[in-house]
Amino acid sequence: MTFIVPALMTIALLNGAAAAETTPATPDCDVPESLLSTEIDLTRVANAIKDRHRLDISVVGSGSSALPGPDGARFAYPARLEAALRERLPGNEIKVTTHVQLRQTTADMASAMPAALAEDKPALVIWQAGTVDALRGIEPEDFSASLDAGIVAIGAANADAIVMNMQYSPRTESMLGVEAYAAVMRWVAQQRGVVLFDRLAIMRSWTDSGTFDLYAATKDYAMARRVHECIGRALASQIINAAHLDAEKMQMTR
Amino acid sequence: MLKNPMAASSERDLRLDLFRGVALWLIFLDHIPQNIVHWFTIRNYGFSDATEIFIFISGYTGAFVYGRTMRERGFVLSSARILRRAWQIYVAHIFLFTIFMAEIAYVAATFDNPLYAEEMKILDFLKQPDVTIFQALLLKFKPVNMDVLPLYIVLLLLFPPMLYLLLWRPNLALAGSALVYALVWKLDFNLPAYPNGVWFFNPFAWQLLFVFGAWCALGGAERLGDVLRSRIVLALAIAYLIFAFAVTLTWHFESLERFVPAWLADWMYPIDKTNLDVLRFAHFLALAAVAVYFLPSNWPGLKSPILQPAISCGQHSLEIFCLGVFLAFAGQFIIAESSGGPLLQAAISVLGILIMIATARLISWYKAIEGRSAPTRVKQGDADLAGGEA
Repeated sequence: MTFIVPALMTIALLNGAAAAETTPATPDCDVPESLLSTEIDLTRVANAIKDRHRLDISVVGSGSSALPGPDGARFAYPARLEAALRERLPGNEIKVTTHVQLRQTTADMASAMPAALAEDKPALVIWQAGTVDALRGIEPEDFSASLDAGIVAIGAANADAIVMNMQYSPRTESMLGVEAYAAVMRWVAQQRGVVLFDRLAIMRSWTDSGTFDLYAATKDYAMARRVHECIGRALASQIINAAHLDAEKMQMTR
Repeated sequence: MLKNPMAASSERDLRLDLFRGVALWLIFLDHIPQNIVHWFTIRNYGFSDATEIFIFISGYTGAFVYGRTMRERGFVLSSARILRRAWQIYVAHIFLFTIFMAEIAYVAATFDNPLYAEEMKILDFLKQPDVTIFQALLLKFKPVNMDVLPLYIVLLLLFPPMLYLLLWRPNLALAGSALVYALVWKLDFNLPAYPNGVWFFNPFAWQLLFVFGAWCALGGAERLGDVLRSRIVLALAIAYLIFAFAVTLTWHFESLERFVPAWLADWMYPIDKTNLDVLRFAHFLALAAVAVYFLPSNWPGLKSPILQPAISCGQHSLEIFCLGVFLAFAGQFIIAESSGGPLLQAAISVLGILIMIATARLISWYKAIEGRSAPTRVKQGDADLAGGEA
């Protein structure tokens, strides 16, 4: 019930020309293979593509799943993921629905999960969590329990789950301790057998390789958009890996 | 039974200073986020980290110094000295908090990256300084990495009656401490924190390490002598350290994760730092057993000039600890302003440790001068000095 209707933003980039126009220049942001590989299969995603040539994804998250500004949603990673999947899975209908609301804790999102999923009926839920819990100093045990409950709810709605951890934010690192929460997420994901999108490690690898200067303090919208573009692409790669949707296999199954 | 518990350990054990000095360096290195030099610190090679070493040795030296005062001068005077020490640490903590606030205020004024709109909410507490500063004074609001000193303060506040019990019924005291630790695990109590949650280091759990250190200082180490010299214990300790090392490897290389069987992971995880997980405590004990076995207190290497820098840092632990926290803040600031880089991280790490060593030397020199120029105050000064090291 905490999902307020206006916050339900369905991203529909139906016009291909408009999509091309708004797509930022493709940045060079490789992610180490080890950060995207997983032994967990996204079977529901694979089935949705194989049987129905259609993939519905719900993104549930807080502020770091969005970008500020009136056209922020177009440039934030959920929209970029949708664009990347359309590009890489031609002939399939891809739809990403977002339930992104600022300041939601994992407990808030977990309790609203069943209602949101009943409406969307997605094959995959990408659940971005952890930052608000770290901000509020939620007890790791409670955080763990909420995460667990949300993942169970996703399974009950017959969807695959990817949990996404925090952004790597070097400037606030000394004030906002995210490591303990990241450890809980890793552990719960492992226990529940769901895929972890390790945004923290991925963004850190971009800092280490000099891809992005995440220390930058200025109001640089262009860089923020490039980072979200890259997160969207990395997510698309992880989904395609974990659902075994790479081109060769697609051809073989057809 | 306890005619003279100090007889065997009346001379300062330099190993304590050495290990505490090294622990202080490691705490400093671990407090610089994403430091490349983290690969050298022990938390990457086992369950426990430098905090365990620091708290154990603080308990040991606390009992060593104040135990003597309590037996010679009585409960009231020794308690007063312990409480004065707690007060000094409190003041040091608030001083560090002020530096932290300055850093936060600067970041709040300059940081405006739209990518981190959400993370910047952490700076919101600056909008209500009335609440935040009060909560900090009450030790409920503690910024990241500023949890050790409040733990130490609470441990010292509880120390006078515990020390009394340790002097007259050491095993009973240790058993009581273990009971409180067990109750924490059973009933899950801790001190409250602001704005939410509980203390990062639960004092009711971590007191076990502090009391165990004190118990060792008051004759316990001698009583454990046979155990510590046994080769079976040594073998067990080494086996456990290897096991812990293997497990931590799987944290760093995800491809190795599958080698941890599910039943083991189920039983083992999460390894709780807040409540001093038994696995962490055992890891510290194993480290200590191996260290004591291979480094006897009369080991000539302790006099070698190579180890003097670490020893002198360990002898001025409060000052060097605070300096380390400050240097970590400063180092972090420099790294952020110049956008990082492993070389810079390494340079800052080395420079920070050199500053810690130089400061420790300076304090030693100053205290020596002061001691010499005021011979009439030697007795009092000695207790001061000792108190200052606890």
